[in-house]
Amino acid sequence: MKVLVAVKRVVDYNVKIRVKSDGSGIDTAGVKMSMNPFDEIAVEEAVRLKEAGAASDIVAVSCGVAACQETLRTAMAIGADRGVLVETDAELQPLAVAKLLAAVAKKEGVDLVILGKQAIDDDSNQTGQMLAALLGWSQATFASRLQIDGAQATVTREVDGGLETIAVKLPAVITTDLRLNEPRYVTLPNIMKAKKKPLDTLKPEDLGVDVTPRLKTLKVVEPPKRGAGVKVPDVATLISRLKTEAKVI
Amino acid sequence: MTALVIAEHDNHSLKPSTLHTIAAALQCDPQVHVLVAGSDCAAVAQAAAQAAGVARVLCADAPQLAAGLAETTAAQVVALAPAYSHILAPATAFGKNLAPRVAALLDVAQISDIIHVLSPDTFDRPIYAGNAIATVQSIDAVKVITVRTTGFDAVAASGGSAPVEAVAAVPDAGLSTLVGREATKNERPELTSAKIVVSGGRGLGSKENFEAVMTPLADKLGAALGASRAAVDAGYAPNDWQVGQTGKIVAPQLYVAVGISGAIQHLAGMKDSKVIVAINKDEEAPIFGVADYGLVADLFTAVPEMVKQL
Repeated sequence: MKVLVAVKRVVDYNVKIRVKSDGSGIDTAGVKMSMNPFDEIAVEEAVRLKEAGAASDIVAVSCGVAACQETLRTAMAIGADRGVLVETDAELQPLAVAKLLAAVAKKEGVDLVILGKQAIDDDSNQTGQMLAALLGWSQATFASRLQIDGAQATVTREVDGGLETIAVKLPAVITTDLRLNEPRYVTLPNIMKAKKKPLDTLKPEDLGVDVTPRLKTLKVVEPPKRGAGVKVPDVATLISRLKTEAKVI
Repeated sequence: MTALVIAEHDNHSLKPSTLHTIAAALQCDPQVHVLVAGSDCAAVAQAAAQAAGVARVLCADAPQLAAGLAETTAAQVVALAPAYSHILAPATAFGKNLAPRVAALLDVAQISDIIHVLSPDTFDRPIYAGNAIATVQSIDAVKVITVRTTGFDAVAASGGSAPVEAVAAVPDAGLSTLVGREATKNERPELTSAKIVVSGGRGLGSKENFEAVMTPLADKLGAALGASRAAVDAGYAPNDWQVGQTGKIVAPQLYVAVGISGAIQHLAGMKDSKVIVAINKDEEAPIFGVADYGLVADLFTAVPEMVKQL
């Protein structure tokens, strides 16, 4: 079974982002970029499938600026066999990315696509579901456990009331949740090996996809700030202030 | 035109998330319909018909819609979509699983997790774990939206008397089946709608401690129980108690964070709470930066003390 894993280059999760004062967006100049944490989990899951003999070939794909190559090399260092970069400087929104991934999935002839459930920059949580719709495939989102049984996958999902287990026909799109696995540390030998793995570059036009955004961002601002708080010396004071001052108990 | 709200329910009763979504829908368009797609779900359709502000309820009732799986439910929504300018679902696991599939089938963008409606085509939504708010305008003819329920006060559950119209159910998409559900047993208020939430973090050290320390506090306050990602990862609490950027978003009157350091990703899930209390023995913990009242103390002493004095 051939597996496609999509990875996104995002602002590192530890970075405290700065909102530009002119309202035009987030200041990303010189900021540390990393693979979206959910996508690391996706690559790890694909590699585990390969190690278990359930997958034969893992292709990692990333859409965006040329620097996404670094993200693809990381995916290959974790264990993906090949990388595909769909290179563009255009603003990419989930619908456009889903269309690009659908074209790559068809081109590569894969039976399974694994993505992170959401990117920690725009927090949309849409691309996997959209991709499944465009391909006419089943979808299993927020996966915390994945089992391939022949022509179907049994997936346990993290949902609002607890856990839900569904069986989906292959080919399928899976999106990963936090507890699906713990990604391995990338070793230096694997980083060196990854440099030699094949990485192909395509353009959206090569795939026949129009990536024009459908949502215009009018402005980006900081959320309203909370007032400064106080430290209380003991439990008695805390309770008293919650009762008489905050009036919440 | 008209807005369609996709009801969230369990075939027996309407979930409160639907009432918050109706409120958002009314801000998009004064004419709001509700779709109840399920199986043996007449009671849910009746409940939706009584919600304030609803003009019509569409009920698609068939076995293949029982589990609310995305493939068949999305096809159901798409079958009805041409009549609507807005399609809204709550930004819950149900809505987030479904709405993007609907949007892609209609070849339109999806707008996730809106917190304000500025006009029928312009919305505010949080990005970067809520550290920024983006105002976005959709150029598509149909806006497919998920609604952050903490951003909109629920409409009243009664006062309405909309007609209920049966609509033909689409056939089973034949792509997925429900194998089973493991619901966390919970006699407490629901986490996303509770007035008071008490949340435990890694500082509790074990599942036994989490239960022993947090349960009495939650009981005394009539609160819902939440947890940080670290606590859930370590097995101290079930996954559906996780509050944070990729877990539940809560905005109660009172949020008590016990043994939680306050990582950016956790704050994303609770920083809109009206009053925040933090109990942590590390006075440098970032949580104190958002807490209205901070108590630097050992939680194993402070929380039992709090329970005694409440």
